[in-house]
Amino acid sequence: MENKTTRSLYMIPYVIWIAFFVIAPILLVLYYSFQDLNGDFSLTNYQNFFTPIYLEMTLSSFWYAFLITLVTLLFAYPTAYLLTKLKHKQLWLLLIIVPSWINLLLKAYAFLGIFGTYGMANKLLEAVGIGSRQLLFTDFSFVFVAVYIFIPFMILPIFNSLDKLNPTYLDAANDLGASRWTTFRRIVFPLTIDGVKAGCQITFIPALSLFMLTRLIAGSQVITLGTAIEQQFLVTQDWGMGSTIAVFLIIFMFIVMFATGTKRRRARG
Amino acid sequence: MKQLVRLAVVILAVCGILLFTISRLNASQGYSGGNTLTVYNWGDYIDPEVLDSFEEETGITVIYETFDTNEAMMTKIQQGGTSYDIAVPSEYMIEKLKEEDLLLPIDHSKIPNLKNIDDRFLDLSFDPNNKYSIPYFWGTVGIVYNSKKLDGMKIDSWNDLWNPALKNEIIFTDSPREIIGMGLNSLNYSLNDTDPDHLQEAYDKLVSLKPNVKALLGDENKMLLASGEASIGVVWSGDASEIMGENANLDYVLPKEGSNLWFDNMVIPKTAKNVDAAHEFINYMLDPKVAAKNTEYVSYSTPNKEALQYMPAEMVNDKRFYPSPEQTERLEVYENLGPEKLGRMNELFLKFKME
Amino acid sequence: MDKRISPLSRIFLIVMFALLYLPIFYLIFYSFNSGGTMYGFENFTLDWYRELFQNTRLLIIVLNTVVIALLSALISTIIGVLGAMMINKVRSRRAKDSLLSLNNILIVSPDVIIGASFLILFTIAGLKLGFYSVLLSHIAFSIPIVVLMVLPKISEMSPSLLDAARDLGASRWEVMTKVVIPYITPGIFAGFFMALTYSLDDFAVTFFVTGNGFTTLSVEIYSLARRGISLDINALSTIIFLITMVIVVIYYLITNRTKKAPDMEVFK
Repeated sequence: MENKTTRSLYMIPYVIWIAFFVIAPILLVLYYSFQDLNGDFSLTNYQNFFTPIYLEMTLSSFWYAFLITLVTLLFAYPTAYLLTKLKHKQLWLLLIIVPSWINLLLKAYAFLGIFGTYGMANKLLEAVGIGSRQLLFTDFSFVFVAVYIFIPFMILPIFNSLDKLNPTYLDAANDLGASRWTTFRRIVFPLTIDGVKAGCQITFIPALSLFMLTRLIAGSQVITLGTAIEQQFLVTQDWGMGSTIAVFLIIFMFIVMFATGTKRRRARG
Repeated sequence: MKQLVRLAVVILAVCGILLFTISRLNASQGYSGGNTLTVYNWGDYIDPEVLDSFEEETGITVIYETFDTNEAMMTKIQQGGTSYDIAVPSEYMIEKLKEEDLLLPIDHSKIPNLKNIDDRFLDLSFDPNNKYSIPYFWGTVGIVYNSKKLDGMKIDSWNDLWNPALKNEIIFTDSPREIIGMGLNSLNYSLNDTDPDHLQEAYDKLVSLKPNVKALLGDENKMLLASGEASIGVVWSGDASEIMGENANLDYVLPKEGSNLWFDNMVIPKTAKNVDAAHEFINYMLDPKVAAKNTEYVSYSTPNKEALQYMPAEMVNDKRFYPSPEQTERLEVYENLGPEKLGRMNELFLKFKME
Repeated sequence: MDKRISPLSRIFLIVMFALLYLPIFYLIFYSFNSGGTMYGFENFTLDWYRELFQNTRLLIIVLNTVVIALLSALISTIIGVLGAMMINKVRSRRAKDSLLSLNNILIVSPDVIIGASFLILFTIAGLKLGFYSVLLSHIAFSIPIVVLMVLPKISEMSPSLLDAARDLGASRWEVMTKVVIPYITPGIFAGFFMALTYSLDDFAVTFFVTGNGFTTLSVEIYSLARRGISLDINALSTIIFLITMVIVVIYYLITNRTKKAPDMEVFK
């Protein structure tokens, strides 16, 4: 018995963290979400959420988060795969992360310059004969910059699971005459699914609540739940409504987590 | 494992060295000493040399802290745990701070330099008798346009923005009151109008402006206007004077229908520790020579009428940034509308953005 | 494994890296602009660097930022690894998913909410706002990312490996330090670096939970935006970027000389 308790000691810091920095804030947010503008208990915020404005916002948040995750995965997977084949792969991996240590606001300003009418991107388009066009404040630039931000987060876990892949599996598959695509689909991808899942979670979940880029890069033409919360807290100072939207964000996240969880169970039979 | 432990030790050692360096640097700057004054202001919104000379003359060490929105600043003051001696909120925020009882009254007998402030800017609706606030800078909301790119198009009214020729050319500030206010003003309603029919009318009118909207932005609008990315923008006058300094093709106009008159003001938060020094600081900032120097650095409009004589003539005579009293009469200061009405405006604004 | 990759793949990688570094080179380029703006390069100048080195206040802020980032990443990595082990122990899928969802809440919550609720919690607890409140918050919001990075590594570890170690008479402690930790080291590093990223990038949470006399670089940069970000911030970023690069390369050389492919060693 005593042995068991000492064995569980290692859990203490994490459990404390969950209690104080996860559960307690959630309770606070829940508490605020039931307060109307006068500080009285009410359900008006929840009623407000089910109006077309917020429902539309929810849908668009999901759509963009999905798009961003998909594009990130499409670029991150091959990158991670190729990185594992390089000679100094750990160094290259570090070099993937380093750009994310430079302040995001500054990088966003740089992108404003790059995508601008007279920016590099348009010069390039002109050079290849497509001609310059409006890039800033479009869905394209928004998704591009979002992918730019999330891609290291996606590459890391995928790289780690690919890197551990036992080469003998691949040799065996080759010997058995499997095509490259079959090997990838039947062996490589299933074995790295944990890494892919981790990467998707780290991308999709924060992408739901993106806010700064929606203004800087999309010119406020893309509205996400994160933007709405930001506005409620920092413009209207209506913490009640802001908290309500946050409650829904958390609920959505739970749904996403459980959805991906069940899928894994089925895949493993 | 060994490698991980060694790395952890190295990191801790590095942190130790850095912490030591920080404390030495703090001490060398006098930040950890006794007689300090903490100023809570927008980033880069004061001439650092003015702070230096204040320190020299009074022996008080200034700690300069920054915020990026009025609301965030209010949250910080409200929650406590901090002790700012001076804060510089905008006028509508002063009403909120007063309501929440977060300000200390200012002792006018300790601010003899108050006489230097233009009467136009004293005793305004947001703070009768300037009990809690002293104006720091002021300005307007107007239209910045690139005369070269617009080919001499005449712009002097809000309604000029609805010109179909301006398709996808206009940058707005991402701020509900400015945009809804512009809609109201363009219909000749007051900025502070909260009649639901008028608001709806303003909203419908704004929706028809949507094809001309290039983006709704925060502070990055300055960079885009100065670089010629967009040819027209709705901005605060302070921003306008700054970017006009960068791009000579830009001009600023106060729309004839009227617009917003805003103030940034010095206040003493309730949490202040060094109230005497705070008064001393306010008085120092109102000294004509100091105010003139600070104004030249910040390039916003000063309310200090005595300071004008120490400033370059072309700055003072610029009617765009120092409009005549007749012109300022058409301008309105935002009133505190209360949370419900503000919430309604915000909702319309969100809807406008999603159109 | 075949070390060579096809020319097409090589081009793909080069493009990826070029894109990742493009905005940074853009910032660096304009740090030498005498025009004072991030567009329309006028003349080459080092004025911004000169200005930067006279700014003690900014230097203090940078050092604060680095200390907070390193310490919070270190501590959150330790707690996160322990947390991942705990989650891995949970057998029921449902309980595991719930625990993971709890874990992820701080990742999905917008920064303002985290910042505001931490601020309220700290004032309730009577903690003085400043270095420690910022450190605690950074640790708090970095833990979930570490867990997400470490967990896949732990769960893919085959139980037979642990059984084998135990059969060979290894104690629990030995299994942990000699088998488990080395196996999940890549995950630990990934978690550490991600935590570092989160900490360096954070603006909103730090803003809310900091007190008098303590600021980080992000807070400073955001508050500069209203008056326009001056190019000495670009100069600062350039220097930080170069120092980081040097540290990364030196670190890599050192670890590579002492141990070759450290994480693989156990298996060979």
